[in-house]
Amino acid sequence: MQKLYSNITQIAGDVITLEAENVGNMELAQVMTKRGTSLAQVIRLDGKKVFLQVFAGSRGISTGDKVRFLGHPMRIPTGKTLLGRIFNGSGKPLDNGPELTDNLIDIGGPPVNPVKRIIPNKMIRTGIPMIDLFNSLVESQKLPIFSIAGEPYNELLARIATQAEVDIIILGGIGLKYDDYLFFRDTLEEHGALSHSIVFMHTAADPIVECLLVPDISLAVAENFALEGKRVLVLLTDMSNFCDALKVISITMEQIPSNRGYPGDLYSQLAARYEKAVDFDTAGSITILAATTMPGDDVTHPIPDNTGYITEGQFYLKNGVIEPFGSLSRLKQQVNAKTRDDHRTIMDTMIQLFAAYRETLEKRAMGFQMSAWDIKLLNYGKLFEDKMMSLKVNIPLERALDLGWEILHDCFLPEETGIKKSIIDQYWPK
Amino acid sequence: MTGPRKGRITKISGNMVTVSFDSPVMQNEVAYILHGAERLKSEIVRVRGNLAEMQVYEATSGLKIGEEVEFSGELLSVELGPGMLGQIFDGLQNPLPDLAKQCGFFLKRGIYIEALSDTQTWDFTPLVTPGDRVRAGDKIGFVVEKIFKHYCMVPFFLQGNFEVVSIENAGKFTLHQAVAQIKDLNGKIFPVYLSQNWPVKIPIRAYAEKLKPDEPLVTKMRLIDTLFPVARGGTYCIPGPFGSGKTVLQQLISRHADVDVVVIAACGERAGEVVETLKTFPAIIDPRTNRPLSDRTVIICNTSSMPVAARESSVYTAVTIAEYYRQMGLHVLLLADSTSRWAQAMREMSGRLEEIPGEEAFPAYLESHIASFYERAGMVRLYGGSIGSITIGGAVSPAGGNFEEPVTQATLKVVGAFHGLSRSRSDGRRYPAIDPLISWSKYKSFIDEKQKERGHGILRRGNDVVQMMKVIGEEGTSLSDYIDYLKAEFFDFVYLQQNAYDVVDEATPKDRQIYVFDFIHRILESEFTFEDKDTALHFFQQLRQLFKEWNSAPWRSKEFEKAENEINVLLLERLKKG
Ligand SMILES: Nc1ncnc2c1ncn2[C@@H]1O[C@H](COP(=O)(O)OP(=O)(O)OP(=O)(O)O)[C@@H](O)[C@H]1O
Ligand SMILES: [Mg+2]
Repeated sequence: MQKLYSNITQIAGDVITLEAENVGNMELAQVMTKRGTSLAQVIRLDGKKVFLQVFAGSRGISTGDKVRFLGHPMRIPTGKTLLGRIFNGSGKPLDNGPELTDNLIDIGGPPVNPVKRIIPNKMIRTGIPMIDLFNSLVESQKLPIFSIAGEPYNELLARIATQAEVDIIILGGIGLKYDDYLFFRDTLEEHGALSHSIVFMHTAADPIVECLLVPDISLAVAENFALEGKRVLVLLTDMSNFCDALKVISITMEQIPSNRGYPGDLYSQLAARYEKAVDFDTAGSITILAATTMPGDDVTHPIPDNTGYITEGQFYLKNGVIEPFGSLSRLKQQVNAKTRDDHRTIMDTMIQLFAAYRETLEKRAMGFQMSAWDIKLLNYGKLFEDKMMSLKVNIPLERALDLGWEILHDCFLPEETGIKKSIIDQYWPK
Repeated sequence: MTGPRKGRITKISGNMVTVSFDSPVMQNEVAYILHGAERLKSEIVRVRGNLAEMQVYEATSGLKIGEEVEFSGELLSVELGPGMLGQIFDGLQNPLPDLAKQCGFFLKRGIYIEALSDTQTWDFTPLVTPGDRVRAGDKIGFVVEKIFKHYCMVPFFLQGNFEVVSIENAGKFTLHQAVAQIKDLNGKIFPVYLSQNWPVKIPIRAYAEKLKPDEPLVTKMRLIDTLFPVARGGTYCIPGPFGSGKTVLQQLISRHADVDVVVIAACGERAGEVVETLKTFPAIIDPRTNRPLSDRTVIICNTSSMPVAARESSVYTAVTIAEYYRQMGLHVLLLADSTSRWAQAMREMSGRLEEIPGEEAFPAYLESHIASFYERAGMVRLYGGSIGSITIGGAVSPAGGNFEEPVTQATLKVVGAFHGLSRSRSDGRRYPAIDPLISWSKYKSFIDEKQKERGHGILRRGNDVVQMMKVIGEEGTSLSDYIDYLKAEFFDFVYLQQNAYDVVDEATPKDRQIYVFDFIHRILESEFTFEDKDTALHFFQQLRQLFKEWNSAPWRSKEFEKAENEINVLLLERLKKG
């Protein structure tokens, strides 16, 4: 039944057009070129015309090449046999292991019925005070790391991944540098995590369009494990490459861009992926951590902007530390009432005082005289940066809370902190 | 007998499908794509020659050229009747809990379930007798739904005067058993049921007149009620960059606002946020009714990964349900989060239709669509004389947090109040992050007008001093200017800011607002004298700490009085020194 077509009439960007019949929207096809066989997906149908997005790119495709439609959308094998394995961006093995064809499932499946979700309630401890204390990470959260290129976001991702208590780690590399891939592999190995990890690797050297599949493949596999009750952590790095690939395709398809060349549906496209993060009622969970590099450190750029509107907060990595301003975990309140009853007080107070410290820094930079209060704030800010903010710090939450009180005590009188008297009476170090 | 009118698919692009047809079709008509055993709901959005372009309310993967389409002859409608309170629907009014029962964890495309149960019976009590004259919207009887008398009304689409021919006695009825017959002047008979259908894009107008919204709607948010009030039947918007607190604010208002029914339209935002409402409301007791909050709430949920076209219709579904309850003489609050996602859905569709794009690729009709949506709010006098209202509050998510963008600008043109959230306030954890220097309201507050003006005044004054200090430094600022700055900061910290996670502080009733604001007003008016700036700063820090205690003490409790006394002692001491 699988008829071969060989009448490619148009090649533009990474999209080819040909005439064919009985083809389904979003269906998969194989394009057979001299260089080998590449996967392609139907992205538009107009009468007999079929528009195919070629994942390996259109370079070298000839109008005489053959196309075979597979009659189904993109599928991926699932299950335990994937553990410890490494695949490329379209699911082909990159290690020496066998090709898998077990339990094939469609990628990009339907959304979860909201009523089958539960309110997330389990904190993921990382040992990083800027996370645990100020922006607690929660199982099933979707959270990007915003940073400019060159910041240690992959190190941060790897550190959280190896420290978090999860059953399975899935790494989706999107335009990842090979060195970074090796770094991930070695770190996972060092922590004995490789055996319960799965890697889908699209490197910076691979065709751009191929990276479009990585989030969907990673999340489809994750979803399958989560339905079996597993807690899955998905790392996607770097989602900005995914967005740029979307932009390229939409321009090829002559869609009217909405903002700096990005398509109007960027929000929906990103949401379809990030919303796969879930804590299932009576099954497992998916937590998504993603790297989002910001062109020009500009949070208002369409990529971080649309991402921020979708995710449940973000960690803003700047100058090698997690910036308190701009960083946010929106799920923190689901867990930080149950840790220790001074958690929220310390969190709010220390950040408000840190904001005041930043204002004082500005004043100082302008050459203004420092008041007694300014001097206290400067002292506080320094301690905060050294003992809390530095990513070298690795302490449990409880220790971080105690440390918070110590720093406040060293710098301020109780009433200067704005903390309620009843809490001061209970916690202020004597 | 002729079968349904049919067409065939000629083009598929994303969720837009073009269909050729040879019998008449109607703009905005609902059609179904027949794909194997699946029937996928769609709506005609443009007709050109013998081609109809349809937005599909489902994923379009697998659809093929030549597949059949069946036209329904109907506009996209909702069913209005008892059983909606406490329910959670998707944008097309499918009850999500029932979908979950049928399909499990995932939403399955092409599965549509009756919005309201066919089999459930309701205790009906008649209110009219044969021979009575009635018209559209008149109450002919009622059933009890949760906390309300849910009135059964003469269908809204009927025009003119009618006479009741027959009416059932009190008893149990399902939604599809007629409870009355009425006839028009020509003797034509119409049955009346406990429910009726209504096309969502057309406003329900079965009332005598629309009134000016001039009664404050108490939200229990101090910053709003005191400085930027909302009126019953009014409209307001909450634009703000991501993470600035729009959703938290809407959640707070949905719990505490002084209204009868709350309709929440979760439009293109996170599913997790709806889950929170959904799972917590049944356990929160509404002090007004002593019943769970869910009993007065309807949730329309079309979150960001659900089909985009249904997102577009979800706000209309929500406002139509709100209008229905208003027809019963109830006060309804509609909260839409976020109207920008609805606007984006329009943009996606417009792009696929290849319409000439306006700014940021939004269609030219963006403004008029936004205006006519907010226009559906309002306080109305019904024919029977009672009053009902819909207040609409819409979150706006401006691209890049920039309020100059088209959706924010179009919204600001039509709403009565603007609660603008700012990144600097939310970064500084000054919640709610409504920026008092940019926000405005055209409505009346229950706070004394002069006192309120003074409140605004001190905030502006404080900001002037801050700007000045940036230039000449604290040391160059006079002590009296510095005190004004401290007063403004004090006012912000102890009154405008409200801790959403403190059971008492999260909601401040009207009486308490009037009392505390009056108290603060006296402090703002007092002439304090201090030796130097450090003493002044320290005094206001102490005052702030005591107010925090006061704010979390229950209204009129022992702790409340104790905290108030401590504040008075501190104030007296200070004023004596001065
Ligand atoms: N009133 C408040 N009190 C305390 N914290 C708040 C308050 N409002 C917001 N926050 C904090 O800010 C976070 C983000 O708020 P919210 O989800 O309401 O933002 P948003 O404006 O709706 O963002 P988005 O546009 O991305 O949906 C919350 O999760 C919470 O941590
Ligand atoms: Mg929100």
